[in-house]
Amino acid sequence: MAYSRKVIDKFEKTLNEPEKFNVGRFDPKEANVGTGMVGAPACGDVMKLQIKCESKGNTHVITDVKFKTYGCGSAIASSSEIVDMLIGKTLEEAREIKNVEIAEALELPPIKIHCSVLAEDSIRQAIDDFEQKQ
Amino acid sequence: MNTKVTLPIYMDYASTTPVDPRVAKKISDHLTLDGNFGNPASRSHKFGWKAEESVEEARSHVANLVGCDPREIVWTSGATEADNLAIKGIANFYQSKGKHIITSKIEHKAVLDPCRQLERDGFEVTYLEPNEGGLITDEAILNAIREDTILISIMHINNELGTINDLESIGKIAREKGIFFHVDAAQSTGKVPIDLTTLPVDLMSFSAHKTYGPKGVGALFVRRKPRVRIEAQIHGGGHERGMRSGTLATHQIVGMGEAFRIAKEEMDKDIKKVQSLHNKFYDSVSKIEEIYVNGDMNNKVSNILNISFAYVEGESLIMALKDIAVSSGSACTSASLEPSYVLRALGRKDELASSSIRFSFGRFTTEEDVDYTLSLINHAVDRLRELSPLWEMYLDGVDLDTVEWQTH
Repeated sequence: MAYSRKVIDKFEKTLNEPEKFNVGRFDPKEANVGTGMVGAPACGDVMKLQIKCESKGNTHVITDVKFKTYGCGSAIASSSEIVDMLIGKTLEEAREIKNVEIAEALELPPIKIHCSVLAEDSIRQAIDDFEQKQ
Repeated sequence: MNTKVTLPIYMDYASTTPVDPRVAKKISDHLTLDGNFGNPASRSHKFGWKAEESVEEARSHVANLVGCDPREIVWTSGATEADNLAIKGIANFYQSKGKHIITSKIEHKAVLDPCRQLERDGFEVTYLEPNEGGLITDEAILNAIREDTILISIMHINNELGTINDLESIGKIAREKGIFFHVDAAQSTGKVPIDLTTLPVDLMSFSAHKTYGPKGVGALFVRRKPRVRIEAQIHGGGHERGMRSGTLATHQIVGMGEAFRIAKEEMDKDIKKVQSLHNKFYDSVSKIEEIYVNGDMNNKVSNILNISFAYVEGESLIMALKDIAVSSGSACTSASLEPSYVLRALGRKDELASSSIRFSFGRFTTEEDVDYTLSLINHAVDRLRELSPLWEMYLDGVDLDTVEWQTH
């Protein structure tokens, strides 16, 4: 597989230092946690993304993120990549994140673009879940 | 960890093997002016005679390993060509007798694709389902036989699983029904004894490079008694008794001959060694929770071990095992995201099929290689499961089959 150096680096770092790279889980029942899970085992990838938010003015800011991903190297790298993009953003800003940003940041090969699409979907779902709880 | 291993470690012997140094020496003796470089078809001088002698000696080595007459061996460019020659050769020659062929869903593409081609040419092909252990049963064969069946083509050892089909039994059925029986034995030579003097097989394909010989050469066994006739697929000079034209690749042929000579001589030693590596490997890897061996453990060669690591995706596992050269059951690395057609034919769920890895050992694998590989597997599987939401759900007692997944 002709992965970019960036995908390989991100994958390996996430694998070797899971805590540092936000691998883990929040209690999904907590009021300030939003959970998104996308993909299917039969398709080869499942991403679970959780955001922890704090209210700020009339919106919320993402203060912490946890994720777990089952999938190929680029799926794992893509979900790890979005962690940095999310922390500190308001929900509105987070909604604006597009898969191309992830794909470009990791230099994903064309056949792996669906990994970045999945990552984008997981953000949306996590935000939706959080907003429904409010 | 261990200083004795050289990274990356080669654990993909079922894909190809390194050429044995003794074979390499033999090959290099048949290339240059000071060596035996002549055209074996040259009848008018010593260069040709010497080359022919080498080719015939190699033919005897091949025949000797599988228990046939040297005159029953036809050189080809590899097992793929041998499969093509056998299947299309029989189909073309005997099509007036019938146009039905039986094969299985887990054959190598070198058998499946010629069958597909014959379907386009008006033949009918039945693709048998293996049992869940990856074996083709007599019952499946018997149910598929028709009045117009002319050929059964079933592999000996499956390249992904290492499972061994019962050739004796299938061949007996074929004989009784007067149907030709072709066997792809690319994975067999040097791994299990083959004796074509007693085995009821009409055609058998061999490869050099799976048995420490060079790539680009193989052979087809074509039985003389009872006589089997095939229509040539390559014309131009009538070499190999008209069955396969083209100047013989002396250096590759002697390479295959030497490789098979060594295989015969050292088979017992090779098998014992690989058996012990396999047991060591399996004893350790089977301690990992939620792993599944693909293929019938009681009917397989020990040089191949195909394992699914549940809740871990195959490609990520291969990436995490970057110091180990292995094959994945998933073809995720190609343009399509398809799990192996072999594992699917066994009825494995897609996610288990795509979490499979084929480990294959050989003559040059060391105990240290196996130890190092095992420690890497344990580490990688632990880490990837820590990362896996499916593993988390499994530990929480969630039945993954009841989850409504958001497919994309």
